[in-house]
Amino acid sequence: MSFDLASGETLALIGHSGCGKTTTLKMLNRLIEPDEGEVRLGGLNAHDMPAHEWRRRIGFVIQSAGLFPHRTVRENVLVTPRLLGWADARQERKLRELLSMVGLPAETYAERYPAALSGGERQRVGLARALAGEPDIILMDEPFAALDPLTRTGLIDDIARLKSELGFASVLVTHDFAEALRLGDRVAVMDGGRIIQKGAPAELIASPANDTVRDLLAAPRQLAETVGKAFGDQGG
Amino acid sequence: MNGFLAEELAVFPANYAGHLKLALGALLTGLVISIPAGILAARQRHFAGPALATASIVQTIPGIALLALMVPLMGGMIGFWPAFAALSLYSILPMLRNTIVGLRGVDSDVREAALAVGMTARQRLKEIDLPLAAPVIVAGLRTASAWVVGTATLSTPVGARSLGNYIFQGLQTRNWTAVLFGCLVSAALALALDQIIAQFEKSARDRKRSHALAGMAGLVLIILPALSIFIPAGAGAGAGTGSSGAAPAEVAASQPLQGQTFTVGSKAFTEQYILADLIRRKLEAEGARVQTREGLGTTVAFDALANDSIDIYVDYTGTVWASLMKQDEPAQRSDMYAQVTAWLLDQRGVLALGKLGFENAYAFATSPETAARYNLETIGDVAGKPLSIASDPEFFGRPEWTRTRDAYGLQNLSIRSMDSAFMYDAVRRGEVGLITAYTTDGRIDAYDLVLLDDPRAVLPPYDAFLLVSPQGRENTALLNVLESLEGKISTELMRQANSRVDLERGSVAEAGAWLYEQVFPQEE
Repeated sequence: MSFDLASGETLALIGHSGCGKTTTLKMLNRLIEPDEGEVRLGGLNAHDMPAHEWRRRIGFVIQSAGLFPHRTVRENVLVTPRLLGWADARQERKLRELLSMVGLPAETYAERYPAALSGGERQRVGLARALAGEPDIILMDEPFAALDPLTRTGLIDDIARLKSELGFASVLVTHDFAEALRLGDRVAVMDGGRIIQKGAPAELIASPANDTVRDLLAAPRQLAETVGKAFGDQGG
Repeated sequence: MNGFLAEELAVFPANYAGHLKLALGALLTGLVISIPAGILAARQRHFAGPALATASIVQTIPGIALLALMVPLMGGMIGFWPAFAALSLYSILPMLRNTIVGLRGVDSDVREAALAVGMTARQRLKEIDLPLAAPVIVAGLRTASAWVVGTATLSTPVGARSLGNYIFQGLQTRNWTAVLFGCLVSAALALALDQIIAQFEKSARDRKRSHALAGMAGLVLIILPALSIFIPAGAGAGAGTGSSGAAPAEVAASQPLQGQTFTVGSKAFTEQYILADLIRRKLEAEGARVQTREGLGTTVAFDALANDSIDIYVDYTGTVWASLMKQDEPAQRSDMYAQVTAWLLDQRGVLALGKLGFENAYAFATSPETAARYNLETIGDVAGKPLSIASDPEFFGRPEWTRTRDAYGLQNLSIRSMDSAFMYDAVRRGEVGLITAYTTDGRIDAYDLVLLDDPRAVLPPYDAFLLVSPQGRENTALLNVLESLEGKISTELMRQANSRVDLERGSVAEAGAWLYEQVFPQEE
């Protein structure tokens, strides 16, 4: 497969479990090494440098947040800047800026341990950690799957806002078409390890390439109709 | 009895320091081996299985057997090193297992996130894996420390000083205060070490200095009592077991052994402890510095002598004949001593310096009641009687037992191995019908035991004699001093000395001092 991303663009990888979307994502930051092919970022090739240096240029957000339980929020967020050798003052500025952007003021949250945070707060700290090294691109692997609907909506809004403020590109792996629609500039539908259709959300809805894509859209379409009807009946 | 505390306290620093050195050294070594091995094994499954299996097998070997096995494995060496090696092996399993389990228990998402934020494998190990596995690893360390401190008490029979010296000697000389003392100190040390480790763990986890300070303070506190061994001998306690009475009159005169150091060994029963004490007193009176290695097993003591780990100990002709020379047939008394002497020198380079003058043989003994009831006079009278026989575990493994059994038809006797300290009371109370008494034991007289005749002369003679190491036999001054012991101790004298400990509950040092006065009366 092959795909590329313009700067600041978000690509949503969508598909059923086991379709290869997470594997694809992890190849981008070399958590899984591809058998062949290459990954490029700007003018750089992923395999021209050690894996850890490559990963410091890329943010990564996962479903369970994956915070280090023995480290405070401050230490979690600043891990990549520390590895990059930033000066203390720059680290401190970054911490305050990011924590305030994700709605967790540093005064209250910086010294807390992950165990003292709610699921949504943890995911926000995870997001701040992914952004701390000022990456050009962040990878998100089902970042909302473990959250309740209200928290999920809030976080999706935050990411959309951060994207426009910071201008990073992103790849979002999800099985929820609504999330893909909300955040993705383009959507790529995956099945059996390959991309079977790629395009703007509207294109997919208008002309699904085959039955798999059609099936994937069936459930959200049904939901949208039901919800739309319900709201319509209320005279909204 | 009242001298007990002073004497026990005089040897306390050396026993305690030996114990601490063994335990801390073994724990540290175990840690250095098992953490890297555990890290390797946690990530490479084909290594984890064999590593854990090997450690588990070591663990199934009883502590005392593992310690004893180390002696031949290390070429007959005794003392600190074989004990240290065995205890180090012992400490590995709990730490290895917990390192593997702890590392495998670290959340895989957290580990992946560590790589994703840009850590190298090494950084992840140091910053994520080890800190998160630490509580489990430390639990392993605490288990190991309890095991090692406890098992270190078993180092005494391989010649390493430890708190076990109190326990083994106390057990043999029926000094229960000493046994209890050794146990309590060992238990206290184990608990203290556990608390110290807990403090260090807390300080690492909460990153609080106060816990680290408490841990350091605890460490200093447990090491402090051991440091008094460094107080020079002239200052008092260092010279060893209450040697204050050792012949000040001779100090200014010629001291042929001035400046020399010797190690005296003893096996694990009262008479041996007393004789080692006697020899020590004599050598110290001649100006030497003396260390003792007490409570050794027969073969351990002999191997140690043959490779110069100890210089002198007392053994018995029959023991050497049967256990070392593996001779089945008994020999005439004078002939046996000649053969033993020749064999020792030719085969092992050990010098038999001379008989001390008494015999400590095995004799079949029974209570007057049992003797009357079954009409027992000779060993042969026992045949076919519904009786049991108790002896030390060593005896039933010797050819002289099988030979006696076959010669007198004793196949029907039921056999009970027990520590020699207990068998005299057992036969007196009728719990066993017969015992193999040691002929120098004071309890034969005190309990009115009947010794059965051996008309076929199956039981070999057991003349006590001095053995000197290959190095020691080159030392003419030493030989001259030791020769003064030759023929000086009659069976009666030895029996009285033994009674002082076994019956009157005096200490070994008191009995040793008494015997010394009998053998070397102070001339004006």
